[in-house]
Amino acid sequence: MDMQVPKKKLSLKERYTLMTRDLAWDTSYQPKEKVYPYAGYEGIKIHDWDKWEDPFRLTMDAYWKYQSEKERKLYAIIDAYSQSNGHLGVTDARYLNAIKLFLTGVTPLEYMAHRGFAHVGRQFPGAGARVACMMQAIDEMRHAQTQIHSLSNYNKYYNGFHDFPHMYDRVWYLSVPKSFFEDAMTAGPFEFVVSIGFSFEYVLTNLLFVPFVSGAAYNGDMGTMTFGFSAQSDEARHMTLGLECIKFILEQDPANLPIVQRWIDKWTWRGVRLLSIVAAMMDYMLPKRVMSWKEAWEIYFEENGGALFKDLARYGIRMPDCAAQIAKEKDHLSHQVWATFYNYGAATDFHTWLPDAEEMDWLAQKYPDTFDKYYRPRFEFWREQADKGNRFYNKTLPMLCQTCQIPTVFTEPDDPTKICYRETTYKGDKYHFCSDHCQHIFENEPEKYVQAWLPVNQIYQGNCFDDGVDPGAPGFDPLAAVLEHCRMVHGRDNLDFEGSEDQRNFEEWRGMSKRNA
Amino acid sequence: MSKVFIALQTNDDTRPIIESILSDNPHAVANESPAMVKIDAEGRMTIRRASIEALIGRDFDLQELHTNLISLSGHIDESDDEFSLYWND
Repeated sequence: MDMQVPKKKLSLKERYTLMTRDLAWDTSYQPKEKVYPYAGYEGIKIHDWDKWEDPFRLTMDAYWKYQSEKERKLYAIIDAYSQSNGHLGVTDARYLNAIKLFLTGVTPLEYMAHRGFAHVGRQFPGAGARVACMMQAIDEMRHAQTQIHSLSNYNKYYNGFHDFPHMYDRVWYLSVPKSFFEDAMTAGPFEFVVSIGFSFEYVLTNLLFVPFVSGAAYNGDMGTMTFGFSAQSDEARHMTLGLECIKFILEQDPANLPIVQRWIDKWTWRGVRLLSIVAAMMDYMLPKRVMSWKEAWEIYFEENGGALFKDLARYGIRMPDCAAQIAKEKDHLSHQVWATFYNYGAATDFHTWLPDAEEMDWLAQKYPDTFDKYYRPRFEFWREQADKGNRFYNKTLPMLCQTCQIPTVFTEPDDPTKICYRETTYKGDKYHFCSDHCQHIFENEPEKYVQAWLPVNQIYQGNCFDDGVDPGAPGFDPLAAVLEHCRMVHGRDNLDFEGSEDQRNFEEWRGMSKRNA
Repeated sequence: MSKVFIALQTNDDTRPIIESILSDNPHAVANESPAMVKIDAEGRMTIRRASIEALIGRDFDLQELHTNLISLSGHIDESDDEFSLYWND
């Protein structure tokens, strides 16, 4: 890059003031409360919006300049990657299953984030906050687009990439990310920025975009590496916005503290549950691994998040209550999630497998206190059964947590041999949870969470079959009907990686790429 | 004292930036991963425009950092001449 840097007449701080706050105006013929109707009802008190400052002091003209530079770089790489059959350079076609999960489970969230920030960018009374949210809304749209463009290259060759928006609204485990974002978007504007801008972006997205994307690079996936790092270069700005927003709210009025603390407690836990999918991706789905989920967790949550909460202590903010349980779960999470996907591999739009001997040794080394004791025997037993022709695909639908919508597969924090169940009764109906924290979140806002669209419950109620399907017909196979409804092809998009069309094609094409056949 | 960090893509644009950070912040440590470098520093890290310009031999705008930035942590103080990350504790 050889950028021209013109001599500036104004300093960065002066330009920022002139080109953000000075471009705003106060309304005269409508009262402010009517122009910003959502700004007050959450109970957050703001006295002076001018105290809000974007630490990056990015103005719109600079924003367009750097974003266009990022886009030019990204698309040049994407073109080169697809023109040179870059997909054959990934370590193994098995790796691409992590990317299928990314496309169906993460990319739609980028679009949801776009909608969310566009909404709050309109609703905040302060100009500095509005400009920052508007930039983030544009960023998030860019992320969705660049991910779809990059990954469409894989859709030309591999199964499971074919209908992600349709699946996002229907496939059982995708209700986890979908409901997470719908929860945030249906909150008020302040809760939305605390949930997404602070808890998700600042505390948690590093775990997704930094070690996982570095892992993509390590596995030869130039497409994912490029959009991942390009997106993450915007995240640094988003994280800064999230932190700025927390500081601003807390400095404005002491009465804001308990409200913000409750949101941080809630959204840290919601985010940790959501990221359990990433834990499985990092430990089980990458043929070559940069670091374990636990190591990434220690760097980005414990060290970095710890520093953050220590810094925020002067406002009275403390580490979320759930941190104690999170610390216990880091040794178990990825294994329990991958075991669940392996169980339900007939109902996933990606392939599943058991870790091989070398991978199990790596897991044992990274998880010395838990893997050999609790998980290796399970995987070895399943391997033994599969080798005898008894590969078991679970067709019984699991009970879901009413809050996070993950099947209740996690164990008691102090007993990894016992599944954790919690329940509560609200207005005569019983609701189930995976943990104390999900239960508490429900009990704080029951009227919101009783409306949850839980895939398992909906399937049992007959709402997840195509029109005209008769569940009462003789020999009716509910799983087959659900797969069809999700536009998954049985035997092609699901089941084991071993023996899949993806595996066969990749081997054959890779062979052809080395010789004239 | 808590650590701040900045993570940058590994490429020719960032090589002089990384070099200048490490020489301006002797307590900073660079950790390399595939395709990226994460620089950790206790308490505070400062990136100086003049140091980068001395290495690349042209004018540099600190906002060019945005193009190759992956992630960071800490509070930010940015001016035309310096970009600092710090914790208040």
